[in-house]
Amino acid sequence: MALLQIAEPGESTAPHQHRLAVGIDLGTTNSLVATVRSGSPVVLPDESGNVILPSVVHYSRNDDSGKCTVVVGDAARDHAVSDPLNTISSVKRLMGKGHGDRALSESGNQFAQADEDNQVPAIATACGDLTAIEVSADILEALRSRAEASLGGELVGAVITVPAYFDDAQRQATKDAARLAGLHVLRLLNEPTAAAIAYGLDQSLSSAGQETATDEGSLVAIYDFGGGTFDISLLRMTQGLFEVLATAGDTSLGGDDLDAAVVAWITQKGELGEITDAGDRKLLAMQAKAAKQALSESESATISFTLSSGASFNRSLSLSEFEELIEPLVARTLQPCRRVLRDAGIDAAAVGAVVMVGGSTRIPRVREAISEFFGRRVLCDIDPDQVVAVGAALQADVLAGNKSDTDMLLLDVIPLSLGLETMGGLAEKVIQRNTTIPVARAQEFTTYKDGQTAMSIHVVQGERELVDDCRSLARFELRDIPPMVAGKARIQVIFQVDADGLLTVSAIEKESGSVASIDVKPSYGLKDTQIESMLKDAMASASEDMQARALAEQRVEAERVLLALQGALQADGERFLNADELAEIDKLSGAVASAIDSDDVDRIKDSVKALERGSESYVERRMNASVRAAMSGQSIDRVGDSLTDTASTDSAT
Amino acid sequence: MAITLTETAAEHVRSYLEKRGKGFGLRLGVRTTGCSGMAYVLEFADEVAANDNVFEDRDVKVIVDDKSLVYLDGTELDYGKEGLNEGFKFNNPNVKDECGCGESFNV
Repeated sequence: MALLQIAEPGESTAPHQHRLAVGIDLGTTNSLVATVRSGSPVVLPDESGNVILPSVVHYSRNDDSGKCTVVVGDAARDHAVSDPLNTISSVKRLMGKGHGDRALSESGNQFAQADEDNQVPAIATACGDLTAIEVSADILEALRSRAEASLGGELVGAVITVPAYFDDAQRQATKDAARLAGLHVLRLLNEPTAAAIAYGLDQSLSSAGQETATDEGSLVAIYDFGGGTFDISLLRMTQGLFEVLATAGDTSLGGDDLDAAVVAWITQKGELGEITDAGDRKLLAMQAKAAKQALSESESATISFTLSSGASFNRSLSLSEFEELIEPLVARTLQPCRRVLRDAGIDAAAVGAVVMVGGSTRIPRVREAISEFFGRRVLCDIDPDQVVAVGAALQADVLAGNKSDTDMLLLDVIPLSLGLETMGGLAEKVIQRNTTIPVARAQEFTTYKDGQTAMSIHVVQGERELVDDCRSLARFELRDIPPMVAGKARIQVIFQVDADGLLTVSAIEKESGSVASIDVKPSYGLKDTQIESMLKDAMASASEDMQARALAEQRVEAERVLLALQGALQADGERFLNADELAEIDKLSGAVASAIDSDDVDRIKDSVKALERGSESYVERRMNASVRAAMSGQSIDRVGDSLTDTASTDSAT
Repeated sequence: MAITLTETAAEHVRSYLEKRGKGFGLRLGVRTTGCSGMAYVLEFADEVAANDNVFEDRDVKVIVDDKSLVYLDGTELDYGKEGLNEGFKFNNPNVKDECGCGESFNV
């Protein structure tokens, strides 16, 4: 006998047509899976009744059979001390990271040697070299089989949450992991947005008639201090519609760092020196975490253990000592809070509700600091560990088609501006950061040289003015541009970001219809600067960047003028100019060429002006001659036609 | 005859209705579909139509239309667990045979 769930009126599905969908919170420390049963969201437990699956995977190989065994969750964590190198935790931190990234060296894992073939860093385990994607896939696989056992059928799909701050590489890595685990991703959902859905804030805020509910909607801040990431997001809700106004955060700040602060305290107080043994390090981390968790409930926690060296530690950590230890980290979360308010142009007092998400918000001091910052009581009624999974499940239910309630439309934003490289190494932003997605923007570009038949398109992400300072995402080439004079070709470049925040860039040459496009396969192998430091750099180097841009633009302009002039001179210089005039233009060109090599914007500008003045009469003579040539033997009507043609190509820049 | 609920089933229905925040009761029904002829309908009910019968058991209003009642009369709605899975079960005395999964049946 099948087990049935209650459906909304008129929406019973046909037998065997239940569209089972789940929401997955794939966390740094813990992962959860939730679904909607008879209209109510529930977090799904395993056989022992635990809803939380620690994001820990252990790999082992049977020496005799050579068979590989993968264990996920609590069972894997039990191996953390005895077999640390084959026990992978906090793998989310490594998602989408390239070789040489800080996250790798800090992870405590052993990585396979980087070489030509392996662009993605791989962790050396008993089961071979595994990438972060493969390890994440094992976690997702465990959640998928738990969900399928709980729901009694195959899943049609899942909504997986990611930090709002994840870049394209990290989002794509998450999608890849889901595919490996045999999950169809209905959508990647930003964690704060999921939390807002879980609280049903759209309804509660509008029906409760909050004093802040204006025509512009209610503002909600989601403060998500999880195991490995910190996010602050500002959402606006208008008539049940969610819109992410701004997000900021720190992809490398979380409960793990609070643990590390406690570990540092233990090491110092116990005079343990540097802990080199991997097993000892994990033991210490677990002790620190246990103490932290105990201090959310009580005034002090006792820490007691013995290291493999025989050194032992036994001391109690008081709540006030603990709060002192974590204060710098709590303060670090306030900077992004200020930034989202600034980005959205909003005063802290205008925020109508503050939602706490993530295990670290159980710490009383964290709640206190945030309610001080926003000047209001924070919302923490729903279990902060489950709230994201619950929201994802509600969204999955809608996306799987189990609910007609389609007015729950979500708008997310892209975290960093997307653009492409133009001449002179400048980054031209096509989509600005914090633009709501999905979005498509087109911009027209043209050729730089006469007869240019190909154009290289370099897609970059970041806020800086120079390409070198931005993150390179992809390169591709548009070929088969028909040979034309510089500036005549019309190349439309379209940037499209889908609902998951993934980017497709396409380029089309309008005359010939040549097309090239690329799905931004994020560049895992690239050296990745942390997003938050990218933003910080962009602020800090604003004026420097402005000058660099001005210089680069001036250089490009000067080179373009030289190139055009040289082409013209070669064709008919001797026809229109005498030796003296030629020598004069030559001299002025030389001045421009040497000015280009200098870093002096004004000098380049002046030399170009001088050259333009010096070649004025030459240009005039050429124009007159070509007009004469064009008009000879033409009727008045035809002249009118060709003028229209000229006008239309002029606008094509 | 009537439709009844076990206490476990009634508890779940009451709690789901409360969480949903609205609804008159629970609608039970059948429709012709599925691999074995008939399939059960289990929905929240927001309104009662002219040809509906309303039963009340353990503080839960159960709504069944005239046509469905022929197939459902005497049914006890139960709630059970199978491994990790859980949900509602129809203990329907009218059923002669059902498909392997039990989602559809024949009378």
